[in-house]
Amino acid sequence: MSMSTEQLAKLVKEATGHVFSTMLGTEITSGEAYLGGSDPGPSEGVVSLIGLAGAWIGTGSVFCSAEMACKIAAGFLMNDYPAVNSEVLDAVAEVTNMIIGNVKTSLEEQFGPMGLSIPTVIYGRNFITRTVGNSEWVGVPFFWNDERIEVQVCLAPNEDGKTAHSRFWMAGMRSV
Amino acid sequence: MALDILIVDDSAAIRKILQRVLVQADVPVGRVLEAGDGNEALDLLQKEKVQLILSDINMPNMDGLQFLGRVRANAAWKDVPVVMITTEGSQNKVMEAVQLGASGYVRKPFTADQIKEKLAGLI
Repeated sequence: MSMSTEQLAKLVKEATGHVFSTMLGTEITSGEAYLGGSDPGPSEGVVSLIGLAGAWIGTGSVFCSAEMACKIAAGFLMNDYPAVNSEVLDAVAEVTNMIIGNVKTSLEEQFGPMGLSIPTVIYGRNFITRTVGNSEWVGVPFFWNDERIEVQVCLAPNEDGKTAHSRFWMAGMRSV
Repeated sequence: MALDILIVDDSAAIRKILQRVLVQADVPVGRVLEAGDGNEALDLLQKEKVQLILSDINMPNMDGLQFLGRVRANAAWKDVPVVMITTEGSQNKVMEAVQLGASGYVRKPFTADQIKEKLAGLI
């Protein structure tokens, strides 16, 4: 049993659109889905990661600029955020939790029960991201308020209980 | 009568949003107590009396389903309405929550109307 890039991208688009319309009261425009390799990922901004586990394993991520993260937090928490702080990171983490959580619920219909980790969010610059393993990321760009947000999901069969898919972060990380 | 409410979620953002949504949903909010996981929530319940609990499921240390089980097993808290508010949407989790005694189940993301509707028969 497997899932095509198009099917996964469709789930990501639906979940992201649902979260933005419900929690932020706004429509978000999606771009064309793409298939990415294990690296390079984003090198600066805010990245939020959440793990998926079960018969299939993987990672979901949301990446955006610091400015976009502040806009998301402002819409989410009804407050002004001129700079990234702990509330902004918390809001991005929760948006990630909702998006990937909704994708997970859809995936469970096909792949059976899956677990979701607690999100990790990183803010910084000059970092490198890499996925361990051979699996590729399905990414979808979204556009809102003249800013871009990327939602990516990496998913592979969990063979022999191996957990081969985790993301490593190197160099120059700074978290709030 | 204003209700004292316990909100259990590891996300401070969600705890803040829920407070706003409760007001939007015309819930008569008294004191709002906040906990970041089930353990913290149980500690609070030992000291404070509440009339409503809203709880996430996926949390560190003690998750929402374990917390719900502990609440229902305690004679002092077993009748307090507990509404699960979570990204977990699988039928298995919903059934587990219902079997443990959840009074309601709301999936994230949520609207004020959904919260209002879910709380209508409980408060």
